[in-house]
Amino acid sequence: MRLSKQATLLVLAALIVVAPIFFPSGYYFRVGSLLFVNSLAVVGVVILTGYAGQISLGHAGFAAIGAYACALAPVHLHVHPSIAAIIGAVLSAVVAYLVGRPILRLKGYYLAVASLGFGILVSMVLANEIAITGGPDGIKVPELGLRAVLADWGLELTNAQFWYAFSGLVLLVGSWLALNLYNSPTGRALRGLHESEIAARTVGVDVAQAKLVAFMISAVYASVSGSLLALQNRLITPDIAGYMHSIEIVTMAVLGGVGSVLGAIFGASILTLLPQLLTVFQEYEQVMLGLVMMLAMIFMPRGLLPSIVGLVRGRGE
Amino acid sequence: MQRTIISATLASVISFGLTGIAAADIKIGATVSETGPASFLGDPEAKTLKLLVEQINAAGGVKGEKIKLFLYDDGGDPNKARTFATRLVEDDGVVAIIGGTTTGTSMAVMPVAEEARLPFISLAGAIEIIDPVRPNTFKTPHTDRMACEKIFDDMKKRGLTRIGMISGTDGFGASMRAQCLDVASKYGITIVAEETYGPKDADMTPQLTNIRSKSDVQAIINPGFGQGPAIVTRNYAQLGIALPLYQSHGVASNGFIELAGAKAAEGIRLPGTALLVGEMLPESDAQRLVVMAYKTSFEKATGTPVSTFGGYAHDAMRILVDALNRATSMKPAAVRDAIEKTSGLVGTTGTVTMSAKDHLGLDLGSFRMLEIRNGSWKLVN
Repeated sequence: MRLSKQATLLVLAALIVVAPIFFPSGYYFRVGSLLFVNSLAVVGVVILTGYAGQISLGHAGFAAIGAYACALAPVHLHVHPSIAAIIGAVLSAVVAYLVGRPILRLKGYYLAVASLGFGILVSMVLANEIAITGGPDGIKVPELGLRAVLADWGLELTNAQFWYAFSGLVLLVGSWLALNLYNSPTGRALRGLHESEIAARTVGVDVAQAKLVAFMISAVYASVSGSLLALQNRLITPDIAGYMHSIEIVTMAVLGGVGSVLGAIFGASILTLLPQLLTVFQEYEQVMLGLVMMLAMIFMPRGLLPSIVGLVRGRGE
Repeated sequence: MQRTIISATLASVISFGLTGIAAADIKIGATVSETGPASFLGDPEAKTLKLLVEQINAAGGVKGEKIKLFLYDDGGDPNKARTFATRLVEDDGVVAIIGGTTTGTSMAVMPVAEEARLPFISLAGAIEIIDPVRPNTFKTPHTDRMACEKIFDDMKKRGLTRIGMISGTDGFGASMRAQCLDVASKYGITIVAEETYGPKDADMTPQLTNIRSKSDVQAIINPGFGQGPAIVTRNYAQLGIALPLYQSHGVASNGFIELAGAKAAEGIRLPGTALLVGEMLPESDAQRLVVMAYKTSFEKATGTPVSTFGGYAHDAMRILVDALNRATSMKPAAVRDAIEKTSGLVGTTGTVTMSAKDHLGLDLGSFRMLEIRNGSWKLVN
């Protein structure tokens, strides 16, 4: 049932390119770009949770590092916002290393707890260091400038269209890297330790090291998604580091099917689009989301996409 | 079969959503924080907007056309607020946006409105929303700077010049603290002691003891919002501090007196809007009629007492409808021009007169200095 790497990328690219034909207004580009930004963070979770079987409840903290890097580095270090995003990604990897190195030597769910604490810590720092971060009211983020360059070349895009295309492109690259990783020696090691740590160790996999690499890679994914969000919103507030945002990222991945990139993106789509569809019943939004999630977990424990594919092929659960 | 049912259900849900949007004449958009941490602001705002639209439509609408309100709940999340603003502009095709309950959500909506050249009336306090003035952004609440000025003005009248300040580290408290520090010297006020507390702190006794230990402190000001000021007030009474205590307009609601206790809150002064003291205003007061009309209808419709925050939404809708009535066309640019020409419009926060340089249109006189006496509000001057 697993699509090949090329097929997955093709399906994804086709969806990104074809979807705008059906967009009745510019608002759908905005929702689309949010969807891609969320998907990118979720693809990171696929690597960490889907491949390596580890759970992080602090990914919003990394998203916040990426986002605030884009706000602060151009002001304090006088670098271009794109460089700032890279600084954020490197910083996230370093922080992930520091958090993960002692924790991932232990077996069990310690990473979940440690990352949970880390996420809360980031959110507290952002809200309280008002002189640097602007506090709860947030901070402005400089313009990326790429849209103006494109306009010079004769490609006039609205803000929403540009961010749709740009985040779509980044998501494609991110998915490509994640799919490559799947079949690489590291990816095999990760999947091996997911099945059985002892077995993986006996065939010579450095389990702690492999988990650490997965954690760092997924932190970079979250960081880049945070940067993209900050750059397109031009304003970032500590809400991005909120505990609920971490939970949201994990839920998206698990709902769609944490084992596959396409499944995770499917989950991200549902949880990004559903609140937009449900504004008619806004009071019941949380209830509906909870219901969808519970039903999915009870009847489709492998996640929506794998279960649906299974149904279509007539194999059921 | 199963899939047919699912797709049929989906299709009907989607088409239901679309038909709900179709029949409308003048479309007004709003995104407020009905849920989430700022819901005690956003909830009365949403109720007020719905109520006013009902009233206006029942009275024949604007220029004979009915108003259709597109109201979204952003939960206090700026990212959601921005998405809803985009939706209002691009998909719903509204002529103006009201909302942005908090400063964060307002700052998120602003770029969308400015890019689309659509008038946007914010309901948040911070001065940065309208300073510098942006062509399409307006707001209704007094700024925190004005609250500081009103308090310092009153202190000066009472001969209090050396004060202590205890502020919350939340967005509201931090912003007002900065403005108070900035404006203090203008009123000859010296801040001799300063303390802060976190939004979740449950006891401010140590900070208050520190301030009290400075022998020459004559009064204390507490820029803050939510529970913090109520705890400060209770601790203040427990410590038996006899200095005058000033709270901010952020706690100008009956909920504050209930939370702090009428006994502890006795004698506290704070700048508030006329809405809290509607019955006490003299018959000659221009605001009395407006305030009482809003108060009566809101309390009848919702069964809950009015709050200052619902008043902000009330004023925003009044300003917008007034502008729609005067505008040369229903195009956003014409409505924007009309809003900027708002003159002498009486709202709950004050009498609004805007100009190209002033997108708030309120002066200090529209703030009322209130004092808590026997568990209710009293006008000071």
